[in-house]
Amino acid sequence: MVSNLIKRKIFTLLKVQYSNMLEYRVEIALWAISGIIPFFMLNIWTNNNLNEYINISDVMLSRYFLCAFFVRQFSVVWVVFSFEEDSLTGKVSPYLIQPLNPFFRYFAQHLAEQLTRFPFALLIASFFFIFNPESIWIPNFGILFLSVISTFLSFLIQFLIQSIVACLCFWTEKASSIERLLFIPTLFLSGLLAPVVSFPEYVKSWIYLTPFPYLIDFPANLLSGNTTNISGGFCMQILWILLLFPVFKKIWSRGTKKYTAMGS
Amino acid sequence: MKLRKYFNVYTKFLHTSLASELEYKTNILIDLITAILSLVGSIFLLSIFFQNNSSIGGWKFEQALIIQGIYTILNGITNTWFNPNLTEIVKHIREGTLDFVLLKPIDSQFFISLKKITPSGFLEITLGICLLLYCIKINQININFSFLTLSLITIICSICILYSLWFFISTTTIWFVKTWNATEVLRSFLYIGRFPLNSFSFSLRIFFSVFIPIAFITTIPSEVFLGLSQFWKILLEVTVTIIFIFSSRKFWLYALKFYSSASS
Repeated sequence: MVSNLIKRKIFTLLKVQYSNMLEYRVEIALWAISGIIPFFMLNIWTNNNLNEYINISDVMLSRYFLCAFFVRQFSVVWVVFSFEEDSLTGKVSPYLIQPLNPFFRYFAQHLAEQLTRFPFALLIASFFFIFNPESIWIPNFGILFLSVISTFLSFLIQFLIQSIVACLCFWTEKASSIERLLFIPTLFLSGLLAPVVSFPEYVKSWIYLTPFPYLIDFPANLLSGNTTNISGGFCMQILWILLLFPVFKKIWSRGTKKYTAMGS
Repeated sequence: MKLRKYFNVYTKFLHTSLASELEYKTNILIDLITAILSLVGSIFLLSIFFQNNSSIGGWKFEQALIIQGIYTILNGITNTWFNPNLTEIVKHIREGTLDFVLLKPIDSQFFISLKKITPSGFLEITLGICLLLYCIKINQININFSFLTLSLITIICSICILYSLWFFISTTTIWFVKTWNATEVLRSFLYIGRFPLNSFSFSLRIFFSVFIPIAFITTIPSEVFLGLSQFWKILLEVTVTIIFIFSSRKFWLYALKFYSSASS
């Protein structure tokens, strides 16, 4: 009974958000295009033969960056920006009365967006293959399944981090600047612009303890067939989720107590 | 007389937007840290490229730093003026408030482009200038009158091209209404401006000098800094700038003909 209700709620939310997203297809296509930086980076790497020193062939590197592009496409999170706007304009108040944590709404929004984005990402990938026909490969089913899961876990980690930041809106009103601050290490350390293997030793020694390499580098390596520690990667992803979730719960319950609706 | 009126209006703009921005003081501090980290991150990325190579696309590390410096200054200018103002066009068009802008006895492009200011971008500009001064020292560039005028001319041209690009993209919202992320696509392309153009493959180089003139935005000013630039390149940049400024102005006036206000 209860589980049925939850199922129905989730299903309805997803359906509503998916139709919402389909309305703005061009917008989502543009978002997809704005994620093509990894391809430019690939161009710098291969054009200057930089990959010789890290022992990755041109083909493997191009697969890596293609996978990084895919992982990034399906782990983009913008909950801070939505939540900030909703809390500034007072839209959060009606959400709080409903018997459903508003973050489920945002979560469904993100999943629906990913679904809408999927064809565009495929289109960009097919363009990539036209220019680089030698890098076409078909990962086996097991690897594909594992990398979808690890991409989803990466999305979950980023969603939790951003939700925690979003909850700071209850105190500061403008939390998006904190998100912009956190985005910088995510950009440079996650492996989107350069694979983590290529980092100098003094960075590699500590980076695997942070959540960053598990956001893009680990799923991308897994999917592209580059060497990576599969079980270790999954353990760290789950560990970070287990660490972040209680923090989010705590900050959420404190924040909602702190929240004063407009006019009160 | 007219110039003086515009000058007076601009001081009023400055006053109001500074007052509203300074309301969020911690934000400015966070933005400062973000700007510093972002510069550190891109120098880190550059150092990965130069780990085992002494030059990339014919540029040494010390020379490539100049490009970073110029990019940082331009990015600061974008964040101070272009980003807060030109993303607002979308809002004006969606909510129909462009009517109020058009009714004012002042040039609409002037109003739309300079209304707001985000002071935290100044920090980035300062950082960029500091980096450039450092580069002048390590590259042993001797400063003389012609060097100063030429570099000033090319940097001003870059700013104008950058502005025209942003303005072009923002203007298209008159037809497409909800494309506030079109500027995000532009941003991701401009990201390439952090690296010397010669480090890309030939086809991308053509793309980045013809369609999105990133070559003119960061590479030519950097070449001028190093005293490597031929005279015709500078002349070309000035010509391109004039074309961009005029055509973006014409495009705006043309687009306004298609603007149907909110309820018509």
